[in-house]
Amino acid sequence: MTISTAAVGRSIPRLEARAKVTGRAEYVHNLSVPGMLVAKVYRSTLAHARIRGIDVSAARALPGVHAVYTGEDIRRVIAEPYYGPAFHDQPILALDKVHYAGEPVAVVLAADAHVAEAATRLIEAQYDELPAVYDEVEAMTSKAVVHEVLKPAGTFADLKHLKDKRDTNIALDFHLRRGDVEQAFAAADHVFEHTFRTQQVLHVPLEAFATVAIPAGEHKTGTLTLHSSTQSPSFVRIEIARLFGWPENKVRVIVPYLGGGFGAKVYVKSEALAAACAMLARRPVKFACTMEEQFYMITKHATTLRIKSGVTRDGKITARECEVWWNGGAYADIGPRVTQKSGFTAAGPYEIDNVKIDSYALYTNLPAAGALRGFGIPQLVWAYESHTDMIARGINIDPLEIRRKNLLREGRPQATGTLMHDAALDLVLERLATRMQWSQPLDRGTETVRRGRGMAIGFKASISPTTSMAIVNINADGSCNLYSSTVDMGQGSDTAMAQMVSEVTGVPVEKITVVHPDTDVTPYDMATLGSRSTYHMGHAVKNAAEDARDKLFSLARELGLSAETTPIPDIFKKKYGMQAGNIVGVGSFIPPYISPDANGQTTDATPFWMIGATGAEVEVDTETGEFKVTRLVNLVDVGKAINPAIVETQISGATIMQLGFTLTEAMNFDAGQVTNASLADYKIPGIRDIPPAMENEAVDANQRSGPFGAKGVGESGTFGVSPAIANAIDDAVGVRLTSLPLTAEAVYRALRVKAGKPLIDN
Amino acid sequence: MTTTRTIHFTLNGEPVSAQIGTHQNLVEVLQARGLTGARESCAQGLCGCCTVLVNGMAVSACLYLAAFADGAEVRTIEQSNNGELDAVQEAFIECGAFQCGYCTPGFILMTRQLLDAHSDPSEDDIRHYLSGNLCRCAAYPEIIKAVKLAAQKRQDKS
Repeated sequence: MTISTAAVGRSIPRLEARAKVTGRAEYVHNLSVPGMLVAKVYRSTLAHARIRGIDVSAARALPGVHAVYTGEDIRRVIAEPYYGPAFHDQPILALDKVHYAGEPVAVVLAADAHVAEAATRLIEAQYDELPAVYDEVEAMTSKAVVHEVLKPAGTFADLKHLKDKRDTNIALDFHLRRGDVEQAFAAADHVFEHTFRTQQVLHVPLEAFATVAIPAGEHKTGTLTLHSSTQSPSFVRIEIARLFGWPENKVRVIVPYLGGGFGAKVYVKSEALAAACAMLARRPVKFACTMEEQFYMITKHATTLRIKSGVTRDGKITARECEVWWNGGAYADIGPRVTQKSGFTAAGPYEIDNVKIDSYALYTNLPAAGALRGFGIPQLVWAYESHTDMIARGINIDPLEIRRKNLLREGRPQATGTLMHDAALDLVLERLATRMQWSQPLDRGTETVRRGRGMAIGFKASISPTTSMAIVNINADGSCNLYSSTVDMGQGSDTAMAQMVSEVTGVPVEKITVVHPDTDVTPYDMATLGSRSTYHMGHAVKNAAEDARDKLFSLARELGLSAETTPIPDIFKKKYGMQAGNIVGVGSFIPPYISPDANGQTTDATPFWMIGATGAEVEVDTETGEFKVTRLVNLVDVGKAINPAIVETQISGATIMQLGFTLTEAMNFDAGQVTNASLADYKIPGIRDIPPAMENEAVDANQRSGPFGAKGVGESGTFGVSPAIANAIDDAVGVRLTSLPLTAEAVYRALRVKAGKPLIDN
Repeated sequence: MTTTRTIHFTLNGEPVSAQIGTHQNLVEVLQARGLTGARESCAQGLCGCCTVLVNGMAVSACLYLAAFADGAEVRTIEQSNNGELDAVQEAFIECGAFQCGYCTPGFILMTRQLLDAHSDPSEDDIRHYLSGNLCRCAAYPEIIKAVKLAAQKRQDKS
């Protein structure tokens, strides 16, 4: 065989491009199977209440209804029907009480979706309302307690101490201590303290959550196949098997393409309800959420962040204290990991000798919050990069200079004590400054139209330690199958992984099939989240491909053939006498990791760092507060890009998504009820919302520990967007916004305050 | 609770008939026939994922009662061009103008409408025509490039 292709580093089109432009790509949303029932959910109208009774008789009596189940019915197939990755706190259907408005209380099964939907409107529940808590800071001390007892899942060591804890809404408290902040504040020339807020938003994948659960026939009792729109097939298998008390291999999870994920579809979402219904009804059941229901499934944490810094008169940051309160909603989901894994970067990508971080995951009576493209990082960068500019203004130093002065450089210790390696913070910052022409004066406009510019830079650790496995199968004709449980939800992982297999084996990309996740077929993978796949699965795939190539080479040598020059089919033909047999390579990967100590200190916090920076130019109307983002410049460090074109779409896609979270997206609530649960009232970016000038660049970098020098990219574009725009608005008109989203109204109100004429209701 | 009736229409050039509930929308009827390129997402006619052409006009099939398709000519992304991709599909692939692909059929059908009306669209025309299609992966910059390339490809072919 000849290794001639240089597959890695080429911008080849996606493997599934043709299927997607012809409408043939498969999604669970479109799946139906013979004999299938459709599940429609009756949801709580109250945010916190004890259930007195649920009357389902009228729903059951509706012609065409197959069954109606409540939480107690679920117990017939699952004795303890609570799930979750960090806490076993989420019931499949509410038991005893409801914890948020929108919580599933009962489910109707019918062959006709319209009948099932109509029947849900005939269900009536009676409640005794309980006091509720919505604000994350109030939740720290609130008398309203969301869960009477905490039930950590046991998977995470730092949650064990919370087992059986009562009367608290704190689902995790993470603390980091480095140096002595109090002493440093006392010695500092200046001390700045600000509080920032972010709003609750959500992922809105255009394909909502969908699962088709198919129980095996009576001859195979106790087995279940789930076709699901999940980012974590291996976790779903393990968790569903745990709920039923089965071994892993009794549950099969199959995942086609996803119509977007963005972190929504990790862990168990639509699967548990579909699975329980299918086992109760002994029929295939499809549970596919509507767009409205997505607002009750999983969201991004609203946060309050207090940040205090001690600074010398020439702009060196000597101490920083951060308090972060994460509004986790009614169920922990993966919020406690956000609190810790992102929490430890809350002081920003700066070398600060004295750091104190307290980060709290809070339960409240709102829809649950979990992972959303950045795992908490965009909220933190919003705070620390707004704060950075406020300090710069306060001591009259250029925003670029203060960042240059404090940036973490190669080999220097981050707040955990972990030394920074292959984190191109300085290069990203310098390229941003160059592209923004930062040293040149900006046309600042005249009269009522004022222009300004701002920048922001952030960083993120990878979620660690996590495992990936892969199998590479070389067929006798020289074609190849890759078996991997990485989910292609649009990020292009199929293509990137095939490029890696091609690079190692020499098999051309077009002769490689990427077998989609099927837990009966594809091996374990922790999940497709946190920009981990390129690095973790990339290593596993590379290892598997090398294993296959080495086996092929030794087979060739054993047969007296030249390993390097013999075409693959000839090797198989000589061995097996015909086109027969295959070569199977296996690979696995788990990076090294050292858990932080009680002070949050560790010498190995992450296998790699993601870096993202954004520069923004804005135009503000001083009479109305309306503003336009006229230019966005996005810089990231992705190491070496496996597929540069796909990398660029990841950068711009992440940036535009964060632009929505910055400018227009906000879940609105009234007594815990979402009041804008539709795309008519919740505004995601459309094609007219894209700034007229948008530039993206992956800097020339190399992740030496990564497969082919690569690392993750999916989230990096989100980091700097919000604070860069707020900094630009301040630069333009001298007002500072500290809460997201940034709206014309907020700018106008701030302009009035600045002019000494605040609005009456301000 | 439902009334059914039989409708007859032309689907991607073939005469077909379907028994439908009068409450059913066109997406449901197409999905039941195995045509899944038009998908319901927002269910409010805002996202464009369910775009199909009825008598040559792009409609949101989630808001289009199937009964109204009686006697109409319906075209979907699945309409075969003898197995060949058209200029718009080629351009979308070459420009990487999609990620998850869920919204892509809607964008392609709408781009064809745009190019039928404006063979050389300005960037404003493109943003105007495609403002009723949402892409949560936000491949918008690549979509704008793809539309321009498709226009060029169409001109080169004619």
